[in-house]
Amino acid sequence: MPLQLQPNLKEPGQRYFREFSPGDDFYEALIETHRDLSDEQSEALNARLILLLANHIGDIAVLREALALARRNV
Amino acid sequence: MGTYTYPKFPYSAPADLQADAPQRRPLIIVGAGPVGLAAAIDARLKGLPVLVFDDDDTVSIGSRAVCYAKRALEVLDRLGVGDPLCDKGVSWNVGRTFFREKEVYRFDLVPDAGHKRPGMINLQQYYLEEVMVARALELGADIRWRYKVVGVRNEPDHVSLRVDTPDGTFDIEADWLIVADGARSPIRNLLGLEIEGRIFMDRFLIADVIMKADYPAERWFWFDPPFHRNQSVLLHKQSDNVWRIDFQLGWDADPEEEKKPENVIPRLKAMLGDDRPFDLEWVSIYTFQCRRMKDFRAGRALFVGDAAHQVSPFGARGANSGFQDTDELIWKLQLVMDGKAPEALLDTYSADRTFAADENLMNSTRSTDFITPKSRVSKVFRNAVLDLAQDHAFARRLVNSGRLSVPAFLTKSALNTPDSDSFAGDMVPGAPMDDAPIQRAGQDAWLLDQLGNRFQLLVFADSAGAVDAATLAQFKSLAGDAIAVEPVVVTPSGGQIDGVTVLADSQGLVARRYDAKPGTAYLVRPDQHVAARWRAFDPPRVRAAVARATCNA
Repeated sequence: MPLQLQPNLKEPGQRYFREFSPGDDFYEALIETHRDLSDEQSEALNARLILLLANHIGDIAVLREALALARRNV
Repeated sequence: MGTYTYPKFPYSAPADLQADAPQRRPLIIVGAGPVGLAAAIDARLKGLPVLVFDDDDTVSIGSRAVCYAKRALEVLDRLGVGDPLCDKGVSWNVGRTFFREKEVYRFDLVPDAGHKRPGMINLQQYYLEEVMVARALELGADIRWRYKVVGVRNEPDHVSLRVDTPDGTFDIEADWLIVADGARSPIRNLLGLEIEGRIFMDRFLIADVIMKADYPAERWFWFDPPFHRNQSVLLHKQSDNVWRIDFQLGWDADPEEEKKPENVIPRLKAMLGDDRPFDLEWVSIYTFQCRRMKDFRAGRALFVGDAAHQVSPFGARGANSGFQDTDELIWKLQLVMDGKAPEALLDTYSADRTFAADENLMNSTRSTDFITPKSRVSKVFRNAVLDLAQDHAFARRLVNSGRLSVPAFLTKSALNTPDSDSFAGDMVPGAPMDDAPIQRAGQDAWLLDQLGNRFQLLVFADSAGAVDAATLAQFKSLAGDAIAVEPVVVTPSGGQIDGVTVLADSQGLVARRYDAKPGTAYLVRPDQHVAARWRAFDPPRVRAAVARATCNA
């Protein structure tokens, strides 16, 4: 399965009336997780987060695709 | 140079109110801004006597609130001022977002055709107020200019007010008080009521500029543009060649310095990028808070609009949500004042509108956090979203330059009758109703223009002839109840039934948007929200739902 680049965020059991809501729910949780951390702590959190999510995704071909896209134009 | 001449409303001495003071009035509204005026108009439409006090004698100075959203326009249609406002305002649906030099995201507020009103109109607040004042007066509202409330006391069955005028002070009492005196709400302070939330450490420069420009009627939003590095900028078109430009300045900016034309003009020139002539009509520096009162009802005082809740301006959720407050409040107040519903109905006003306010606060806070990141990592993520948005749909969905005002789905309202039948789509109990094109007596019209101000029952049928005599007798009986329910029959091709409104769903959009089949019935609240729905018309269930929607169950 190729890397999913269409909007894909949702929470089971949640009813959404606006298409922006699930993405905003996630984004708020992401920023909130970093609250009151130093830049160094935030960097460490981000590294752990990537490793956790990578293991969850599992498919290394998908991960390679994401790695390449993330690297582009940085 | 200005494009607008401010009216001066006539002051009248309070001799009539000073006689035998304190007089008792059924309903007093304090504040003749957009939301107080909406309350006054709505109350007059429902036959309630209205006395309005405002401490000023003109309309809003400067254009201030600019964007009126589709749902607010539908409310204003119900109040009878939708047409003049939409004729004067600039309609728009498309918003474009830029990051540095490139466009990254574009949205359309009303992607589906078949709605009477556009996603938004932009209109200077002073025009809106002028139209609303005229409408309130035409309906017989008694508006007193330069009457300032200086004392207020909540009593068990009324509110007593002390009012200051150029001709002295007097006391007066109101069975019910609607408080629409704005963000700083003197009445809220006089009653010692708190309003809690967050202050945002940022300053914005807002400029209304008169210029000839051929930019389209769209909302343009820039993150970190070349002409205003590291900050955001917003451009909106208003009437009369007036453009609203909003520059983020940061917390350290000096408001007095930034307001000076010699500092504003270079910013505008850098943005416009050419030598086109322009005039500054109005400049202001603002900061904002996101906060609300815990309860919008305090005894006999009912809070609406900015007095009750304040949000950041990103999303135009201020005035728009204020109109939704009065939309919900006035029909409830009417039933209570008429003795047809218990006071508990007004507690549901507070419950439902604090629910809606929380949604507005959440969305406007999220927009603010995206637009003005509070930490380095937050800014790194924000810029990553904007970078990825240039190529990837998922990231475009995350770009948040303001989630523009849409009404809350009141799914938690105690007034809703939960579904017992199954339906697809969004028109759940508590939903603000979708509009759709229809025909009435052969004329093109709109669904929402047929609804409001009373309880109605939309009954879908194959044809007018398919509605049998027994059903018609039930319709008549419902229309005669203490809280009357007016039947409205919807068929694919219209038709005629004696004494019953029949609408033709000529494009099939009503049935599609409401997932309706022949036999389906929707109970509609006076504020155009769904109260209940069924697959078959059953009078006892309709009556139970009306009782529930009015706290009479």
